Amino acid sequence: MAPRKDALAGRIELLQGTLDLLILQTLRWGKRHGYGIAQMIRSGSRDALQVDTGSLYPALHRLERKGAIAAGWEMSENNQRVRVYRLTAAGAKLLAREKSKWEQLSEAIGGVLMAPAEGES
Amino acid sequence: MSSGWLFLGRARRKRELEEEIEAHLREAVADRVARGEPVEEAVANARREFGSAALVSEETREAWGGLWLEHLFQDLAFGFRMLRRSPGFSILAVLCLTVGIGGSAAVFSWIEGVLLRPFPLVADQDRIFAVTGTIRGAPAPGLSAMSWPDLRDLKSCPRIESVIAEKITGTTLTYGDRAERVPGSVVSSNYFEALGVRPILGRGFEPAEETGRNAHPVTVISYQAWKERFGGDPAILGKTQVLNNLPHTIVGVAPEGFYGTFVGYAFQFWVPLSMQPQHIDNGEDHLEDRGARWIEGFVRVKPGVTRRQAQEEVSAVAARLEKDYPATDRGRGVRLFPLWQTPFNNAGALLPTLAVALVVVISVLLIACANVGNLLLVRAFARRKEMTVRVAIGAGRGRLVRQLLTEGLILSILAAAAGVAVARVLRDSLVMLMPFRGVPLRVAGTLDWRVIAVCAGVCLVSTVLFALVPALLASRIDVAGALRAETQAAGLGGPRGKLRVRTAFVLVQMSLSFVLLVGAGLVVRSLDGVRRASPGFSTEGMLTTAVNLFTSGYDIPRAKNFEEALIERVRAIPRVDSAALSRVTPFTYRTYSSAPIAVEGYVPPPDQQPSADYNEIGPGYLSTMGIPLLSGREFTRADDETAPPVAVVDETMAARYWPGQDPLGRVLQVKGKPLRVVGVAKAAAYNQLLEVPAPFFYVPLRQNFSLSAALQIRTKLSPAAMAPILAREIHTLDANVTPYEVITMREQVDRKSSSQRIAAAILSVFGLLALGLAAVGLYGVMASVVSQSARELAIRTALGARTADLLRHVLSHGLSLTAAGVALGAAAAFALTRLLGYLLYKVSPRDPGTFGLAIVVMAAASLAACLVPARRVLRSDPARELRA
Repeated sequence: MAPRKDALAGRIELLQGTLDLLILQTLRWGKRHGYGIAQMIRSGSRDALQVDTGSLYPALHRLERKGAIAAGWEMSENNQRVRVYRLTAAGAKLLAREKSKWEQLSEAIGGVLMAPAEGES
Repeated sequence: MSSGWLFLGRARRKRELEEEIEAHLREAVADRVARGEPVEEAVANARREFGSAALVSEETREAWGGLWLEHLFQDLAFGFRMLRRSPGFSILAVLCLTVGIGGSAAVFSWIEGVLLRPFPLVADQDRIFAVTGTIRGAPAPGLSAMSWPDLRDLKSCPRIESVIAEKITGTTLTYGDRAERVPGSVVSSNYFEALGVRPILGRGFEPAEETGRNAHPVTVISYQAWKERFGGDPAILGKTQVLNNLPHTIVGVAPEGFYGTFVGYAFQFWVPLSMQPQHIDNGEDHLEDRGARWIEGFVRVKPGVTRRQAQEEVSAVAARLEKDYPATDRGRGVRLFPLWQTPFNNAGALLPTLAVALVVVISVLLIACANVGNLLLVRAFARRKEMTVRVAIGAGRGRLVRQLLTEGLILSILAAAAGVAVARVLRDSLVMLMPFRGVPLRVAGTLDWRVIAVCAGVCLVSTVLFALVPALLASRIDVAGALRAETQAAGLGGPRGKLRVRTAFVLVQMSLSFVLLVGAGLVVRSLDGVRRASPGFSTEGMLTTAVNLFTSGYDIPRAKNFEEALIERVRAIPRVDSAALSRVTPFTYRTYSSAPIAVEGYVPPPDQQPSADYNEIGPGYLSTMGIPLLSGREFTRADDETAPPVAVVDETMAARYWPGQDPLGRVLQVKGKPLRVVGVAKAAAYNQLLEVPAPFFYVPLRQNFSLSAALQIRTKLSPAAMAPILAREIHTLDANVTPYEVITMREQVDRKSSSQRIAAAILSVFGLLALGLAAVGLYGVMASVVSQSARELAIRTALGARTADLLRHVLSHGLSLTAAGVALGAAAAFALTRLLGYLLYKVSPRDPGTFGLAIVVMAAASLAACLVPARRVLRSDPARELRA
């Protein structure tokens, strides 16, 4: 039981950082509800990234608890009462930080992947 | 259910989350419909894409944090269900724990209410310390009261906020048609203010009321006196109340629940210090006499000051006083005590008793925990299938342990609630053990937040103690093994680990209850010893009472005539063998006179001033009391004012000051006055049975007259028969004089051994409870051992074992457990009973008789616990057992 849970936690953890970044980035262009965010990420990545709702809502609520985003009820274009999220000042700062971290990380990983193979032996 | 509001916020958020998920689905459907999908298909696709709404909801709620609360709620609900399903187990477990937790709660509440914060309504009691004088070179404890000038000089200490003087006194008040002797006290004028107690009517005392001889007959009365005696009269201020024969003006009423500052009594009135001559010492003014030590004081230190710091300053003042006033203060010091060690009220007497009680209830709690642990193990065994299934379907081990701990917690919370109720009931029961009657007493436990907090702590700790091990054991389930072994695991060999733990539990119980039994036995034997002990005077066929002529308005010449006439009349009463007067009756709370002494040829150490207590006695006192004379004579009627001053010393004093010589005819200087020694009396106990012998002497009453006199009567009459006769004789002489209560000397002595009596009561009750709990524990283990090995026993029977063999097999197991427990307990008791200290009287802490008796009792109890299950084996049918 215990190992399975750990593996689960690891997977969420891995996705979480990236998903958080994507959510924050999406909200930079204005407030949006959960479904809207999922659609935006999907179309933004040309359908490469499918956001699992089981990850999206925990991430949204976690970010809300952290104060990175704020939520309120509004009416959607389809005249639905929906919960709409927007970026807060703290969230903007977090986004900048996470973004630079991501850039460093991908640069570093890229460096390793591109490096000559002599270190393998 | 109280947990409802706890989840209100969460419930609302949960609803919102569901709404949010609904909205998401609707948006998705709307999108798909807009893209041209048929509605039904769109709904199905959207749902499939979304996944399990319940799972999303659960995982999102996990992101909120605090899901553990929800789990706790589930565990609690499940736990309650499980406990309801086996009410017998639950009730037994809660009862066991209630005994343990309730006992602890009661003792904690006593400690809080009697020792730590003994004075209700008094502010910041941790900043108040008791003050006593010390006497260098005196036998332990070497303490004395304080004189007002000495105590007053402590006000110069910068770290001391206020100095409070107090001396207990008493008067007779009439409440409706009953007259009652009530306690009160003479206090410094700052009393109420310094304690932080504000009278509900009128005022406290003013500084001016502290001076002048009997100049301010004013009084603050208790709330109880105001309600019961004056019917709560709102216009009470300015009215008068006669106290000790003098009208006092009522200037204030103390608030409800304020009982003064003397552990044991509920004070009914207070008068200012200047009224000392009227209320204490029959007219003699001691207020400005530095050598007259009569005050029991308190100091309140400034916030943040420790007792050590205050003691340093106080000692410096004492050293200065010693230098400045050698005549009165040489060899004298001042010492501060925390309230719980106060030597001059009942706190000191109750301290060792309550300490022992604390150890006892903690032991009982441990025994109860071991019992419940045992029960839980048995039940865990019975629930093995449930546990296995839960593990098999994926419950985490942590969750399983948590579930079992929660069940334990429910048990102990229920027990703690019941325990606090028990403590509430027991709050006033200490008073019932106090050997006084007819006086407003107060020895009560307090159930404040501290006691409740301690109980909560006890509850948590005991849960861990009794539930953790079973929970860990139960959770260590090998699913495959358990499912495979389902049918045969019930044998003795089953879960060996569990049996080992249960055996350990029983060993702990057996040894702890053995220690308690031995302790109880020793204290009961001591009590018996105290009851039989001779204080050095006879207690059988002796009655004692007193009259106070001062409060009846007598002067010395009239009083002498009255007392002379009274003693003649008492001696003439039929069946009275003899009678004598004295100023003080031994073993009362009246203090003996004490004076500095000097003896020719005895040179004291330079920093000491020898002093001794003495009693003023009439002719025939020693023979009436049954105190033998070792040499010389006792006082006669001839030793009066006109005769040369004489004294009788006791053998302790003779040995100290005239070692190896005959004191007869020698001179004893008392306060500079020479007395000729005419007799040596055998040493007796003067204040209590356990006192350290200290020099003591007697002087003739006629040469040192007192306006209040105690009357000792040797007679075969009972107190009830004597009281009316005595009252008649006294009224014939003067209708205004009433005697105090007439009691036997035996009772007088018993009143001073209350700590042993209380300790014996507490230890016996808890010792028996512990024995009962331990026997239940042993019974439980033996019963399950027997039922688990029923198959094995059946095989033995089938193979030809006889009844006796079977019985031996079962009993040997149980009794060897008992033997091991008793051996452990005996080792512990051997080391521990010394701690009973001065509660023991003429009994060795390792008294073989007591140990032997405890072993017999334990053996009997465990035999009973083993026989019941053993009989079940004997009656069972081996054939059926084997087929089963």
